[in-house]
Amino acid sequence: MPELPAQPTPPTRIDNDHGGTDMWINMGPQHPATHGVFRMELALDSELIVDAISHIGYLHRGSERLFENEIYSQIITLFDRLDYVSNFNNELVLVMAVEKLMSLEVPDRAEYIRVILCELNRIASHLVFIGTFALDMGALTPSLYTFRDREKILALFEATSGARMMHNYFRVGGVKQDVVDDFPQRVNSLLGELERGIDEVDQLLSHGEVFVERTRGIAVIDGETALDWGLTGACLRASGVAYDVRVDEPYSVYDRLDFAVPIGTAGDTWDRYYLRVLEARQSIIIVRQAIQQMEPGPIQTKVRAIARPPKGEVYAHAENPRGDFAVYLVSEGGESPYRLKVRPPSFCNLMPLRDLLIGHYVADAVVILGSLDIVLGEVDR
Amino acid sequence: MNEFNWTFVAIAVLGLFGLFSFLATVVLSLTWYERKMLARIQMRVGPSRVGPHGLLQPVADVFKLMAKEDVRPDVSSKSLFWIAPVLVLVPAFLVWITIPFADGLVVQPQDLGLLYVVAISTLGIVGLLLAGYTSASKYSVLGGIRAAAQLVSYEIPIIVVVLAIAILVQSLDLRDVITGNEVVIGERVITFNGQGAIPFAAIMPLGAVIFLIAGLAELGRTPFDIHHAESEVVGGPFLEYSGAHWAVFFLAEYFNTFVIAALTVLLFFGGWSWPSPPESIFGTALEEWQTDALGVAWFLFKTYLVIGLFFWFRGTYPRLRIDQLMAFGWQILIPLSFVNLILMAIVMFYEWPLWAMPAISVPLLAATAYLAARRNDRKVNTGSVTLYRRQKRADGGNELVPPAAATYEEAGARGAGN
Repeated sequence: MPELPAQPTPPTRIDNDHGGTDMWINMGPQHPATHGVFRMELALDSELIVDAISHIGYLHRGSERLFENEIYSQIITLFDRLDYVSNFNNELVLVMAVEKLMSLEVPDRAEYIRVILCELNRIASHLVFIGTFALDMGALTPSLYTFRDREKILALFEATSGARMMHNYFRVGGVKQDVVDDFPQRVNSLLGELERGIDEVDQLLSHGEVFVERTRGIAVIDGETALDWGLTGACLRASGVAYDVRVDEPYSVYDRLDFAVPIGTAGDTWDRYYLRVLEARQSIIIVRQAIQQMEPGPIQTKVRAIARPPKGEVYAHAENPRGDFAVYLVSEGGESPYRLKVRPPSFCNLMPLRDLLIGHYVADAVVILGSLDIVLGEVDR
Repeated sequence: MNEFNWTFVAIAVLGLFGLFSFLATVVLSLTWYERKMLARIQMRVGPSRVGPHGLLQPVADVFKLMAKEDVRPDVSSKSLFWIAPVLVLVPAFLVWITIPFADGLVVQPQDLGLLYVVAISTLGIVGLLLAGYTSASKYSVLGGIRAAAQLVSYEIPIIVVVLAIAILVQSLDLRDVITGNEVVIGERVITFNGQGAIPFAAIMPLGAVIFLIAGLAELGRTPFDIHHAESEVVGGPFLEYSGAHWAVFFLAEYFNTFVIAALTVLLFFGGWSWPSPPESIFGTALEEWQTDALGVAWFLFKTYLVIGLFFWFRGTYPRLRIDQLMAFGWQILIPLSFVNLILMAIVMFYEWPLWAMPAISVPLLAATAYLAARRNDRKVNTGSVTLYRRQKRADGGNELVPPAAATYEEAGARGAGN
């Protein structure tokens, strides 16, 4: 038998000197407050977290390998299942990558439909975040309000694509079908309801004494550290780094739309929370403009039924609700990609978790994890 | 008196049985009340399928719990594990023995009723700690320790406020708190008013607020529900219990909820005494049982209002963290409760008029609230998140500029966006 290389000695996990008994406590994958099937092991010194180990992979489906065996239109359905809270945004990145490789021009109407749906999906995703974040802290009511509003968005999605969540609606070169006739009216009335809904939750939660006590100054990330860890999205912007793919590298029709990007300064959980509230409001503004600018026209360029991008490599990324979602596509000129690598923002945002947890109370663990807003479908792929 | 008094035993057993049945019914109504009220706060319908308006839902729940398998973790200590729920339930029930529902309607009147109530209700902590410890689950241990720390700390303000009440009526009998008390010193007879005319909440607003908050913490209800917080310690001490034993914990919890609300009403909101005598409202003379029935109804009405307040809190607030909870208890509530006690003692000793109490304590309460709000203002700097605007760079790219930049005015003047 060949000699195995010497195993490194495991690092001492507990580094305190009081000599008392520490407790390793297992949180997840069946804990009510770990989002999805995430598992943490926490070393506790009474209620303080001394060390943390995170385990992922409970939802691993081998997506990236599956991509290599499917034609591109089938991959779209797999992308729906990555970040299952913001399906349209995922689909968009994939079709953008393929279109970039094939140098396709997408009709304006299709682009507007995509942007509207993506921004609505961003609102839906942030609503889920706000609700579950409050739930992590024991506030039951906001989650009911936000899920009510999210359901209205999903109803519109259903009218458009035929499915509440797994839409399979975007196509290489356009979208599957045109939107319903009264789409603008529906969207406008929906936006009014969403505005009221977001205001309602904002008033109920954001500035409440207990809520602020629980979130202010918890898990502070400064801008440098955030960049070092490769954080993107709200987690990065809350730390004061002004980076938003929609602005820095505008894709689709974002350069024709006027909107602001909320940037935090404190970098704590409250900033990460409130930033998403403001972002949802900005998305409403974006959708309003897009609805006004949208004109009738074709929704699909002419593409072969089975798309065959030329040989080459391409990188496409977009601002997902959770951060910078990117796709690196290597094509050999066949019907399936040679390699399709996904950069999942949730996975990258999860990286500083151990550093953030250490020194906080066990009750903060769920708040910190919640504020990073991960989706396990995307982390595990 | 060497002979065993069978009549006494029979009456006591009957009384206890009646009390338990009454309390169990109240608990059933409370679960329905809580679920329905939370549902309305959350824009849901709540229980609606079993019976009219879901009124039979609690009964169905009881049957479900009784039919469930009673699981015990293998490594737990059997006898202690099964006895813990009983240790929680028994004190929660025994407290009720001395609580009067109306003048004379009490199972066992006691001269030291207030002391008894405070002493017995503390015993429940032992059961919670034992449940947490014997479950052989780490979450249960955490929950049990949390419960012990929390309940012991919040017992203090409750006791101190009760002491102030005892000074006010010069009695520890719960009936005297309502009907008043006469103290005979030599030939001098001093009358201490009960709550016939003025509820003690008007005399001692500070005490009422402290009692309500500390009571809420004592119950482990939102925002103080840290010892069985689902999102942190899953179910705390109750985590490993199921079926009938879990139901016993549940019963004890609602007994306690009812007792804290009832004590709040008894000590501060006039108990069963109507604002003006029922005779003058109905215009006819009433028999004793009628007065009693009206008293009980009025008492229960007020108690349910207070419980409704608890449920309202539950639908509104997130929960505090253990250190914040302890800090709030020891740094704010306990000092305030002592201030309340000392003020009461001074007012009674120098025989100042009783309105001096609210006159001093209301500004005090307002000042505390103001200071807390000031401190909060510094923390809640909502300006920490600002809206950056997009700006074209010279090289054709975009960048985000903070609102303070000169271009923000232009962006605003374009009228788009925010």
